[in-house]
Formats: sequence, structure tokens, C-alpha cells
Amino acid sequence: MNPSGLSIEQLLERHQSAPNRLVQLLREIQSELGWLSRGTLEMVAKGLHLSLAHVEGVAGFYRFFHQQPVGQYRILFSDNITDRMLGSEEMQRHLRHLLQVAPNTMRPDGRVSVSSTSCTGLCDQGPAALINHQRVITRLTRGRIEHMAALIEGQIPLEQWPAEWSRVEDQVRLANVQLGTQPAPGQCIAAAVARGAQGMLDDLKRSKLRGRGGAGYATGTKWQLCRNAHGDAHYVVCNADEGEPGTFKDRVLLTSYADTIFEGMTIAAFVIGARKGMVYLRGEYHYLLEALEATLQRRREQGLLGNSIQSVAGFDFDIEIHVGAGAYVCGEESALIESLEGKRGTPRIRPPFPVESGYRGRPTIVNNVETFCAAAHVGVHGGSWWASIGTSHSTGTKIHCVSGDCERPGLYEYPFGTRIGRILEDCGAHNVQAVQVGGPSGVCLCASEFNRRIGFEDVHTAGAFMVFNSSRDMFEVALNFAQFFAHESCGFCTPCRVGTELVVRRMNKLKQGYGSSEDVQILYELDKLMHGSTHCGLGATACNSLRDTIAKFRPSFEQHMKSLHFAPGFDMDAELSQARLATGRDDSGAHLETLA
Amino acid sequence: MTDHTRIDALNPGTFSLDGDEVEFGPGESILQAATRAGYYIPHLCWHPDFGTKGSCRVCTVRINGRIGAACTVQAASGQEVESDTEDLNAQRKILLQMMFIEGNHFCPSCEKSGNCRLQATAYDIGMEGPHFEEFYPDRRVDASHPELLLDLNRCILCSLCVRASQDVDHKDVFAIGGHGINTRLLINSPSGQMGDSALMASDRAANICPVGAILHKRQGFVIPIGQRRFDNKPVSAQPEESKP
Repeated sequence: MNPSGLSIEQLLERHQSAPNRLVQLLREIQSELGWLSRGTLEMVAKGLHLSLAHVEGVAGFYRFFHQQPVGQYRILFSDNITDRMLGSEEMQRHLRHLLQVAPNTMRPDGRVSVSSTSCTGLCDQGPAALINHQRVITRLTRGRIEHMAALIEGQIPLEQWPAEWSRVEDQVRLANVQLGTQPAPGQCIAAAVARGAQGMLDDLKRSKLRGRGGAGYATGTKWQLCRNAHGDAHYVVCNADEGEPGTFKDRVLLTSYADTIFEGMTIAAFVIGARKGMVYLRGEYHYLLEALEATLQRRREQGLLGNSIQSVAGFDFDIEIHVGAGAYVCGEESALIESLEGKRGTPRIRPPFPVESGYRGRPTIVNNVETFCAAAHVGVHGGSWWASIGTSHSTGTKIHCVSGDCERPGLYEYPFGTRIGRILEDCGAHNVQAVQVGGPSGVCLCASEFNRRIGFEDVHTAGAFMVFNSSRDMFEVALNFAQFFAHESCGFCTPCRVGTELVVRRMNKLKQGYGSSEDVQILYELDKLMHGSTHCGLGATACNSLRDTIAKFRPSFEQHMKSLHFAPGFDMDAELSQARLATGRDDSGAHLETLA
Repeated sequence: MTDHTRIDALNPGTFSLDGDEVEFGPGESILQAATRAGYYIPHLCWHPDFGTKGSCRVCTVRINGRIGAACTVQAASGQEVESDTEDLNAQRKILLQMMFIEGNHFCPSCEKSGNCRLQATAYDIGMEGPHFEEFYPDRRVDASHPELLLDLNRCILCSLCVRASQDVDHKDVFAIGGHGINTRLLINSPSGQMGDSALMASDRAANICPVGAILHKRQGFVIPIGQRRFDNKPVSAQPEESKP
């Protein structure tokens, strides 16, 4: 976010002191002031007539809000496994060394802090970093790190950093209907209007389109339920909180296919009778905001948004963009709605589902970015056409975000039913040991499963496709995912809050060589518990990849154990170091291994 | 167990709970209906006087074969609810162990011992040890209030105080802050200390804590350990009561 030079009072006024603007306000205020002091939160609480504790609770929920100073330059390294495989950990250490800054703390002179953040959606052009929550840097190298350190020491403003560093490429490697020729702006709306709302809905149902965010709920049914639900307002929400590590298709769609997304949202509004739409843009993609706003403005000028769209009386609809602040859980639709309302993004109790009671208690549809694009194509070409692509239960095409060990990472669009092996061949992957499909909450497939096919009947996916060749330690992959879930657990329910932390501790214990088969057993136990007791689907799937990795790559876990049968939870000889220090002894009789 | 209050005659319905038929009223959750009918489903973050939270997950049951929290699932005719089963109780035990190890719970020295729902539920379920390694978190003790003591070491984030302060006392003294394993209870006051807040010892929020996180000062061990609520009868034999 670029500072606007506005005061807190002016920002409050801009948001009409509406409590549901809290998250947006905190973001804007932080971009002015760098961090959110208690005094700042107090002013916001007063301005919005909320309790200070409530405002503090919201600020403390989102990873991108800082209640301590973080420095003039806040460097966040994307910490997905694909970034790590490209050397991000070593680069982060190198930058810290050059800048003489400790992990997770601000340098005493207030200049800089260096830390990690969850996947920033640049896996195909990593290692990536996020600077001051407004600028991304792709393809980090040791050279760039050294140059970056010099720029920071020289206090060079971000605007003057090499533009080349922030170049983000679409890397569309294989286009089918969704990444191919796009409908002209307005074409899809016109087609929907010609069919009428019910006709458009019928066509969408005929297409058998299912949600692209992972759950695969029938889009036509969702729209129908929302259309039928009573309420004094209906809302269309586009879920652009693409947080599942390894997923970056929405980033590309938002960059180069925004018209199609907005077109899809507009026909949704036409079908359900909504006057207002919202895009929940993940904080990591803030750099796309300006271009998206410009597209919205152009569409207003083209008569594709606003009042009487395409001169249809009563067809009034506009779209506003909300920017997230770093919380994976907000990808869950009810948590996303909570966040839109300016609250902590914890998932709601369901039912009621958003289609009946969503944003501000009104009927709301929440669909993934890709789902709206697909709906727009259905709008133009019809439901039967879409249903003729793919398989009977999984119609149309799916966009895959390929990253990791392959020659040509990027986006690949295939009809459903495509073999995993085909994707691996196309992206130039060799000696493949495993593929993580659908991100950490998805499924980890080993070589004997590469004949399986993408689709709701077999391998579901929200889009991530991370490739690991035989040189990779699958334990490290599982550890990275475990750390991700512990970092992103919202903390609401006991099994996820404590379970994700217990998993990380077990994994660290194994990594340090103090683990045993018993620990692996406990990991299984935790997976079972979380599957059967968490409040939301994210907690329930938090151990999916762990369970798969243990089952399919057990030797990678066993190589981290000193003994398969038993190992102490600590190093006994190391525990004696204090006694050796106290007695001034370091002879063979003072060490367990050499004790006669 | 048939001498429970009649429910809305216009909307009768029953579900089965471990084989017994339980009547429910309109809009009631499984846990509400079961509790009113005198049955016990283990729970910590739910209380009959307050809205549902669904965060502790101890009341997780199986409804027609599907897992759900009894406090969040609405009762419906013909549901077959399993609660007192070996696997569900084993799961509850792990959830309770998780609550013990994420905080600092030293029952023998805690003033709430014998009146504590966490302790009583753990005893009842047969929890004999922590199973996992304790986290020993560094948590705050706030003695700034003249009459009340806040010991966050024992807080299980049930949010009953948050709801009581909001819904009954209309003071909003508490809120939930942080995220993940660092989720914590916040106090609404300029200093963040309880002494500067609007909380009074007579508030419902000051008298709802199921564990020993919010305690009244100068009342230590008035009733000797051994003669307290859950010393007399296990928690499963004492269904939760509403305040009139």
C-alpha cells in the first residue's frame, strides 16, 4: 500500500467510520505509520465505536498487522517448500548476515527486519520476497540479495529499486478454453441478459460446473440457493485469497484475465439479484490492486458496471475490492465473510450457509476466481458446450500451477480427466519421486500413482501441482507443510490450535534426531484426531500431506531416527554439560559414551 | 431420565442419544436438548445461558455416522446420536490433554481444584496423564483488580467470559486476540490490565470461568478441597444448570 499522507481521522472519514471497514482501515493506517501502536488502535476503536480489545483482537489476528515496529524495510521471504528448494533459506540467512539483523526482530536502528511468510504465490519464479507488504521480488539470487542489502543500507526508496526485480510473469505454458481467447468485455453479460436470469442459471446447471476452490460444490446449485434465499440484499463475493501454498493461477487470472472474472461476477449478480460484489484480494497480491481498480473503472465507463448495465433497467451492480492482511484461513468462505465484515477471520458455524446468511447476514455466494472465469465462458458458449469437455462428473477444464522440480514451471490448463503423468511430461519433470496435488491440504502422489487422473472422481485439486524429484527429502516437504499449518491455524478450536503445534514439535524432534517410531505413531494419532474434530475443513486437512508422506515415503522419516525402536527424547550426554562445567571436568569419565 | 420439562408441544421431535429417545424444542442444538433432558455430553465452552461457540470440540459426537460438535448441530427428528462410545471418549481425552499441555495447569495448587470443569471432565473421562509434552508457555498473571485475579496460565479460551460480559453485563470487558497457538484472552482497558477495566466482582463474566483463570481474591480455600462440587459427584452426574 502506498502511503496516501492521510491522517487517521481522514482515513476514518473515508471509511465513514463503519466498523465493518476495520481490516481495510488498519491496513491503510499501517501503510502510513509502519505499524499499529496501542495509541493508534485506541484512536481507531474510538472512531469506530468499538472496544479497544476488539480492535486489538482483530489486529492480532492477521499476520501482516504489526503491533511492534518492524522497521523502515520489512522483508518477508516466501517460505513455501518450492522457495526453499530454490535456496530461499540460505538467501535469507545471507541477507540477515549482511544486514546484521537477528531473525524476527527489528534492527536496533529501526532500519530493517527480515522474516518469513507463507507462500506468496510466486512458486514458478521464486525464490520470492515481499517488501513492506507492497512490492514483490521474484527470482532472488545471491547477487540480488547483496544488492538489496546495499539499497537498504543506503536507504534507497522502494520506488528506486530495480524494476526488473519486481517483474512477475504469467508463464502460461498450456492454454485451453480458460487461458485461451477471452470473451470481449460485455459479451458474456449480453449473452446472459438475452437468456434471462433463469435461463442463465439453467445453463449453468447444465454445464455441471463445480467450484474450483477445492470443495467442488455445484456452482449452479449454489447460485440457485442464493437466488431463492430471502433477504433485503444479495451479495456476490469473489474469493481471491489464494493462500494454498503452491497455487498461483488466480494471480495470473487477476493479472491478465480480470475482465473475465468481473464478467463472471456480473452474471452471478444478474442471476441472484445482487447489487454489490466484492473481491477479497489476498494481502500478498496487493501489488495487483491498482490495475484491478483501473479495470473496474473502465468497465464502469463501458456501462458494464454501475446502474442499468447494458441499458437493462434495474440491472445495477458494482464491485469493490477488499484487501486481506495475511491469513490463510480466510480462504474458507465463512472466515472470508467475517474478514469482509472487519472481524477476526475465524470460520463460522454452518449451517446457516452463506447462500442463506452470508455477508452481514444476507444471502451471499462466494466463488473462487477460476469459478467466475469458468462461469463467464459458460455464459458465452453455453452449458452443453462446457459439459462436453472433461469427464461426466468433472466438466470443463482445470488450471494447474506447476512448480518445483521441472524445466517449465507455470500454468497448464487441461480438460478434467488428464493423467498426472501427462502433466509431468509436459512440464519437463524427470526422476520424479512425488507430486503434491492441491497443495499441503491436498494429496501427495508417488510414482506408482502417476496414472491417476485429475478430477472429482479421482484426484481433486484446487490447482497446486508441486513436483519433487528423487533428490528431495520428503521429510523436509512434510516439515514445511507442518510449519505452514501451525503458522496459519486461526487458533479458534482446540484440535487445530494445539494439534498443528504438536505436529511441528514432533517433526522438529525427528529432524534433530531424537525421534522414534513412537513419534510417527503420535503423528498418525494427531492426523486422525484433527480429521474428526476440527471446527473447519482447513484443520481437518492439515495433516493430509503428512499422512500421505509417512505412508508412502516412510524411509525419509526413518532416516531421521537414530533407532527405529527407541530413542531418548533428549541427548543425555548433552544434558551433562552443565555438570561438566560445574566440576571442571571433560575427561572420558565425564562423557556417557566413554564412561568405563 | 424422563422427568424433564415438556418442550414446545407444537414442535415435538425426538432423536436418539446412545439409544435413549431425547425430546427437543424448536431450534435447539443436540447438546441443549440433551442437557435439558438430564443427559450429559462432555463439554467446556458451552453453557446453557450463552450462545454457541463450538471451539473446545469436547462435545464432538457422531450424528447418523457423521462427526459434529453437539453444541453446533441442530437437533432433528430421527437423528441417531452416538456420544458415549469408546472412540469418541478416546478423542475427548486427547482434546483434554491438549488443553492441559498448552497451558500451565497445576491442579494440586490451584484454588479451583474440585470446582474446575476441565479437571472434573478429565477425571471423568479417565485421563491419567498429559500424554504429550507440556508446552509450559509464558503467560501473564494479572492481579491489578482489587477483587479479582486473572491467571492466563489456566485459560482454555472457552470465551464464556467474553460472551457473558457482552450479552449479560453489556460491558465488553474481554475479547480474543492473537492467532494460532498464541491465541489469548484480552482485557478491554486503556492499560490492558483488569484493574483498569469495567469488570466488577458481581458481574456474570467474573463468575462464569469454568477453570481457574478468573478467581475472586480473598476467598482461597473457603471450602476445603475434598468437599467441593466435583469432589462430591462427578461432572457427568451434574448436568449444567441455567441461572434463573
